[in-house]
Amino acid sequence: MNFVLNDALAGLAGGALIGLAAAILLLGNGRIAGISGILGALVNTSLPATWRENLLFVAGLAVAPVAYAAMVAPPDINITTSVPLLIAGGLLVGFGSRLGSGCTSGHGVCGMSRLSPRSIVSTLTFMAVAIAVVAAMSAVMA
Amino acid sequence: MRNIVALVSGLVFGVGLVVSDMINPARVRGFLDLFGGAWDPTLAFVMGGALTVMALAWLMTSRRSGSLLGYSLPGKPSGTIDGRLLGGAAVFGLGWGLVGLCPGPAIAGLFLGGWPVLMFIAAMLAGMMAFSLINRTA
Repeated sequence: MNFVLNDALAGLAGGALIGLAAAILLLGNGRIAGISGILGALVNTSLPATWRENLLFVAGLAVAPVAYAAMVAPPDINITTSVPLLIAGGLLVGFGSRLGSGCTSGHGVCGMSRLSPRSIVSTLTFMAVAIAVVAAMSAVMA
Repeated sequence: MRNIVALVSGLVFGVGLVVSDMINPARVRGFLDLFGGAWDPTLAFVMGGALTVMALAWLMTSRRSGSLLGYSLPGKPSGTIDGRLLGGAAVFGLGWGLVGLCPGPAIAGLFLGGWPVLMFIAAMLAGMMAFSLINRTA
């Protein structure tokens, strides 16, 4: 995949929309748009009082790309990871994001934008580990 | 009203993930592949756009005691860096690097990504449930 100027502009615009979505949830409901937190609360052993809004947020997140695909263009979703590693990856992402109280949205976008020390440390950590994993996988396959 | 706000936020978030192409794991792994010779910086632009808008939102809350709808705002961020934070981030990063999917883009790809995304989501939810069970008994 080659990076071109259009990708940078689309990235900025899409990123601004992600920021806007998080801003809507914060300024409206006073809540952090952390996807792992919202999902985690839905599969927790006890459902919180906010389960309806959590479910609606998740529904919007899942349905919007379908509408976008129908009206504009369907996105590429290209996964090259083998099935065992795909499942391992899902388990690690789910468990790790809950253990570390956040993922790319909660820590990466919502926390870093308010200069939370925990979120900055978390984001630097998961970025560094993910970069190392990709490098290691390339080395093994080469 | 809270429900409508949450739905709208989810919809806008989903559009943002498609427009930025962060719904595509190949694009995300292109950013993480620093040493592969064809680095894709798109994710940095996405973070730049998102952080700028969200920083303005935090600024708007700084002089308010509650949200625009009157709900309580999140408290001041804690500065506690502990093993749980670091360990969780490392485990999360391991999975993120393996696949190129994190929770938001996974859910955004629920109806478009076919069985690989469905399997990833199932495993991710299982991981979250496992944490809930361990956390409760710990």
